[in-house]
Amino acid sequence: MLRLDDVHAHYGMIHALRGVSLEVKKGQIVCLIGANGAGKSSTLMAVSGLLRPNAGRIVFEGDDLAEVPSHAIVERGISQVPEGRRIFSKLTVLENLEMGAYTRTGEDSIRQDLDWVFGLFPILAERRFQMGGTLSGGEQQMLAIGRALMARPRLLLMDEPSLGLAPKFVETIFEVIRQINTRGTAILLVEQNAHMALSIASRGYVMEAGRIVLEDDATSLMVNKDVQKAYLGG
Amino acid sequence: MPTPRLSITLIQRPFPRIVLTSLWFGLLSLPLMMELKAPFFGLERPLLVSAGVAMAGLMRLAVSQRGGPGAERVQRMVGSIGGAVRHLTEQIDRRVIYVVAVASAVVIPLSLNRYHIDILTQVGIYVTLALGLNIVVGLAGLLDLGYVAFYAVGAYTYGLLSTRVGLSFWEVLPLGALLAAIFGILLGIPVLRLRGDYLAIVTLGFGEMIRITLNNWDSVTRGPNGILGIARPRLLGFTFSSPIDYYYLILVIVLLTIFVVDRLNQSRIGRAWTAMRDDEVAAEAMGINLMKAKLLAFGLGATWAGLAGVFFAAKMTFISPESFTFFESVIILCMVVLGGMGSVLGVILGASMLVILPEMMRQFALYRMLIFGGAMVVMMVLRPQGLIASSRRGIALGPKDRQGSASAAVTSPQKMG
Ligand SMILES: Nc1ncnc2c1ncn2[C@@H]1O[C@H](COP(=O)(O)OP(=O)(O)OP(=O)(O)O)[C@@H](O)[C@H]1O
Ligand SMILES: [Mg+2]
Repeated sequence: MLRLDDVHAHYGMIHALRGVSLEVKKGQIVCLIGANGAGKSSTLMAVSGLLRPNAGRIVFEGDDLAEVPSHAIVERGISQVPEGRRIFSKLTVLENLEMGAYTRTGEDSIRQDLDWVFGLFPILAERRFQMGGTLSGGEQQMLAIGRALMARPRLLLMDEPSLGLAPKFVETIFEVIRQINTRGTAILLVEQNAHMALSIASRGYVMEAGRIVLEDDATSLMVNKDVQKAYLGG
Repeated sequence: MPTPRLSITLIQRPFPRIVLTSLWFGLLSLPLMMELKAPFFGLERPLLVSAGVAMAGLMRLAVSQRGGPGAERVQRMVGSIGGAVRHLTEQIDRRVIYVVAVASAVVIPLSLNRYHIDILTQVGIYVTLALGLNIVVGLAGLLDLGYVAFYAVGAYTYGLLSTRVGLSFWEVLPLGALLAAIFGILLGIPVLRLRGDYLAIVTLGFGEMIRITLNNWDSVTRGPNGILGIARPRLLGFTFSSPIDYYYLILVIVLLTIFVVDRLNQSRIGRAWTAMRDDEVAAEAMGINLMKAKLLAFGLGATWAGLAGVFFAAKMTFISPESFTFFESVIILCMVVLGGMGSVLGVILGASMLVILPEMMRQFALYRMLIFGGAMVVMMVLRPQGLIASSRRGIALGPKDRQGSASAAVTSPQKMG
């Protein structure tokens, strides 16, 4: 479904991605772990077209995304829960969700998804007329996820969805991720919480200094000595 | 005594910067504007530039500090008027308010003298201008200091096409709006990548460029002499001539503007603009075409200035570059910021105040601008979000009844621990 082939990308002089290759198959949860600054967020940004690679290919469902503007990438079925939530603080919860469906038409199906999101996160329904900026951190995280879902993506990019959440909430979020996945949505998940991420993923990639240094089935990664040492605290 | 403390913390750093910048600009304009023969060596014009820049700086401060720190008690006191108006409008059925407002706008001027009607017409022009600029600044968050250029485009379109080609007011009205929109987009293209300060400077330059062109292109615009003898609008054999005729004409334009701008505000693109103002990257990630959204804001904003310009030319029957100075841009921006960026009602209120108050203070002649500027400063310190803060909610998917739907949504059981 999604394939990255030796992708390189720069921020000015900074060479953030130094040859990233990875693949997400239909309906899979794939997780991407790595130290701070390894280039995980940059990888997701490159897929969304917000960071343009200067070498390598990003192929989604057979099409090269190099020339596709970022707004058209959303239309093709890729949406993102960005790092740090980045919800629209001056829009209401409802409007934030509507923004998620910005490229879609067909009010009925949008309304259906809205109900579905409200089902996943009932607190959002309660707060639907509250300004996004006044939500608590956890609520904002839920809103960011809901907003990305409103695009009805076939591939969902999630950048540290559990960041800053209470342990109980983290479990809820992972439960939701599994639910989203059972609807057939493929997920590329970036997580610091490697243990939980690997437990729901089928495949995992480990990133270091802009490169993929390890890739394997999630279950194998979990017992891998190096991974345990570096990311699983054992 | 909490009051003095909070205003000092608010002013502290940006304030000296604004003062210095404005003096600097005044100094820079000295060689351009000083005239040794004029009284006071023509120093009043550089001072005016300084004042304008200072105001622009304050506006910027207000834009960046919207909803600023602390100051809540004082703000609440000052804001109680705006709050009361808002509360009232939320209680009563909107349609009733609209009918009453329109009816009084139609009836009240019948009892006023020509001078007052002229002022109201002036208010109408500035409401149209301010609502247009509000699209660019208030909704899309693009600081445009050259907005008056589009007003000039509208006015000169009618001025030239009326005197040279003989086109009628009604033919030029849409043409002027269209041409202004095209200029808006033309300005938009090169400044798409600019933000904040840079955008402000480039748009300022653009505004001046248009004015200077009008001033110097003698063969077409007659330069500083302006264009005389512009035809008055005619409709079915009736010629608009008295102030009240023009008043009703601008009233129609204002109502059209309010209607469209309000629609835009609550539409998909209105939401996209607000999202873009909040976070460009996130907006882009939602699938908003930033380039299109910005150009649309510049174009749709300029349209209203074009309309207002055509009307202005038709009303004055004489136009010259003098009516389209940078100071005019600043005043319009003040109206938007003072009234409350993004709020249609607020912008209308802001425009009305900034036309009527200086008019009322006419007897203070010399000190008028000083009082005016002082009032603006006080206002911005006490209520940075403007008289009436903009309010938003989901419209497209949101049920009409706020309370009802919110409580209906709560009925689903608490799933989230
Ligand atoms: N906008 C930017 N401008 C310049 N450099 C950037 C920018 N964003 C990221 N970088 C740099 O690119 C590298 C990769 O950053 P990235 O955000 O992709 O890391 P990450 O793996 O997501 O880290 P974290 O786990 O801390 O979120 C870092 O060295 C970072 O400093
Ligand atoms: Mg990151």
